[in-house]
Amino acid sequence: MTGFVPAFEWQRVMVQPWTEDFTVSFWIVVMGFLVTATCGLVGTYLLLRRMALVGDAISHSILFGLVVAFMIFRSGGTAVMFVAAVATGLLTVGIIEFIHRQSRVKTDAAICIAFTTLFAAGVVLLSVAEMKGPVHLDPDCVLYGEIAFVPLDPPVEFFGLTLGPAPVVRIASVLVGLLALVVVFYKELLVTSFDPALARSLGIRTGVWHYGLMAGLSIVIVSVFEAVGAILAVAMLVVPPMFAAQLSDRLPARFALVFLHAALSSLLGYHLSVWLNCSPAGAMVVVGAMLFLLAWAVTRPRRYASVARRVPLQADA
Amino acid sequence: MRRTGWVAAGLVLLAVAPAEAARIGELTDWDFGAQAARFFSLQDPSVRYALAGSMLLGLCCGLMGAFLVVRKLALMGDALSHAVLPGVALGFLWGMTKNPAAIFTGAVVAGLLGAVVVQWIRATTKHREDAALGFVLSSFFGVGIVLFTMIQNLPGGAKSGLDGFMFGQAAALGPEDVWLLAGVTVLALGSVGLFYKEYVLTSFDEGFARSLGWRVKLYHYSLMLLLAFAIVSALQAVGVVLVSAMLVIPAAAAFLLTDRMGAMLAWSAGFGMLAGAAGAFFSFTGRSLPTGPFMVLAAAALFLLALLFAPRHGIVGRLWRRRSRAARIRRENTLKAIYHVMEDGGFRDEAVAVESVAGRRRETTAGAGREIGELQRAGLATEEDGRVAFTPAGWQRACEIVRNHRLWELYLTNAAQLAPDHVHDDAEVIEHVLGEETVRRLERRLNYARRDPHGKLIPGLADLAGGAPPAERVAGFGGKGGAR
Repeated sequence: MTGFVPAFEWQRVMVQPWTEDFTVSFWIVVMGFLVTATCGLVGTYLLLRRMALVGDAISHSILFGLVVAFMIFRSGGTAVMFVAAVATGLLTVGIIEFIHRQSRVKTDAAICIAFTTLFAAGVVLLSVAEMKGPVHLDPDCVLYGEIAFVPLDPPVEFFGLTLGPAPVVRIASVLVGLLALVVVFYKELLVTSFDPALARSLGIRTGVWHYGLMAGLSIVIVSVFEAVGAILAVAMLVVPPMFAAQLSDRLPARFALVFLHAALSSLLGYHLSVWLNCSPAGAMVVVGAMLFLLAWAVTRPRRYASVARRVPLQADA
Repeated sequence: MRRTGWVAAGLVLLAVAPAEAARIGELTDWDFGAQAARFFSLQDPSVRYALAGSMLLGLCCGLMGAFLVVRKLALMGDALSHAVLPGVALGFLWGMTKNPAAIFTGAVVAGLLGAVVVQWIRATTKHREDAALGFVLSSFFGVGIVLFTMIQNLPGGAKSGLDGFMFGQAAALGPEDVWLLAGVTVLALGSVGLFYKEYVLTSFDEGFARSLGWRVKLYHYSLMLLLAFAIVSALQAVGVVLVSAMLVIPAAAAFLLTDRMGAMLAWSAGFGMLAGAAGAFFSFTGRSLPTGPFMVLAAAALFLLALLFAPRHGIVGRLWRRRSRAARIRRENTLKAIYHVMEDGGFRDEAVAVESVAGRRRETTAGAGREIGELQRAGLATEEDGRVAFTPAGWQRACEIVRNHRLWELYLTNAAQLAPDHVHDDAEVIEHVLGEETVRRLERRLNYARRDPHGKLIPGLADLAGGAPPAERVAGFGGKGGAR
């Protein structure tokens, strides 16, 4: 155990990343911020709709879609990835609803069945594909993600302007597109999330918005997949919105808090990973969880002390 | 939108299947037979360990999973299987070896802590179960990843073999692992056997259990402890991500097959063992393919079979029952139409024209002909020269349906005070489902009334009995002309 946790040296942990490896540090932190903010944006709606674990399901089953797409097209282009992701996401949601509607199996078990089966099929297909030659997909990337390799990607040039490494540009454009959609369709998303019955009576097609959100979620997950892996992506979908919900009940304020959480967790997480010499994505998740715990500790006595313990063990059906 | 997703996925599978099938054939053909023979002879100790381990795992996870599914805690298995990861890493750090006891202890502690945090978040924040589970699942996993990557950077850490915990390799199971699995299985079987009544009652009616003064939380956490045991001992064979599948899928398949908890436990454990054995077999014959995914795919195939063909809750059975019920109702409505036509003619003719039945059913003549064909196949009517007559069985059934309909109308007007023009639609539905006993009680309640609210005669027991032609029997209460 001795020597497992390195000593905390201010110079090495906090200063050197910015004086000596500025480019690397900068892109990792920017990537971490963009990933957490994008996931958090979608995650806010998932949390409102009590669908946090559907994010978990899609982030696992997406492996299946990527492997199948790779086997067909033999390439990992962005368009192919996005189409595969949306198809797999909708397939997952479709299977869950099919099992739930056609049998007496409850939704939670249906979620578990759908994503583990697709994930298992993905791993098997991947090992079959690997026998025939190298695959640009690594099962480990499902678990860890390779955010540390992001600065090594060739930069993208746009009208002579060097923008940054390809994954950063990709996730940044997803974030911008998503923000635009949230601003344009703010009312519809708000109503369908908070009061589906009212939405239906207003003539809003809740099913369309549901599947649209699932498609958006799939695109977000596939664009963060290589950077942080399937399971840590769940953390970034769930934890920032939980942090925000702990501190505010207003949707715009929650978005602002999600961005604050993204900035803090990526910056502090990166320094944590330099200190402990560990996976940056994992460290960002750990810092993000700490931030939630902090918010929990700050708000709990004020708001929930009187109603604590009121929730029975498993009340909701 | 959902349909598009299905279609796209179907196309994808269709496109990929033929190309891949050929290649898989080439890869596995060369030694498949020999490997299968080696597997079934059980000469190889590693085969014996892998098979025993996988089947014990299936048994143990199947037992625990059955409780998870009926308690609607399916995703708790998923959350805990990720949450044990930091415990595994800390257990490894305890002496830098894969000491099963240390890893086991660490993982169980981490898993229990995860269960407590889930409960805590639910009790003290506004977040629902899904968010609480998602938080525990992903943030514990994040801590685990941090610890793992730190271990990999330590001297001797790179070949720690901890990667095996991610995807699982049953072939790597050693005797200690199998003994551990056996111990956990015996413990699970023993606790479930000893406290069967308590676990079942707290699972199905928590409020009642609490009112008996039982400590419901104690049973919940003891179940979580057993669950953590099962997850940790199964990690080596199926890996973190897929343990939850082995917990939930066999149990969900069993849930479709039976309504009794004891039978569900047995089915679930059986399915788990079958899936475990199948996973070990495919992984062994298919050259170093990981075991976990094959187990899960085998379990998923079992679930699909149960989903389709379960006797009571399966899709095929339900569709079949729905179809045969619809066919029975159609037959009975045709019988009723024939009766009505006869009644309009004062029961003077033994046979009525198909066209008039068609008019009564608001059908084309061809459509009515098809419906009468169905009656003939069921032995309820005969048709000759475009005229249809009842068989004795058909007459009886027609009388029953008309009687049910009119009794119910009378009951609704007399007992429920509904207006006579409001009772037809209700009677139209219930006439097909009223049983004999209910009919007797209705008749008693209505003083064996002879006429319905619209003045039509209600057929009685005497009209149903025997097999003589309808006209003679109806003459017993005089037909339309002889009404009092």
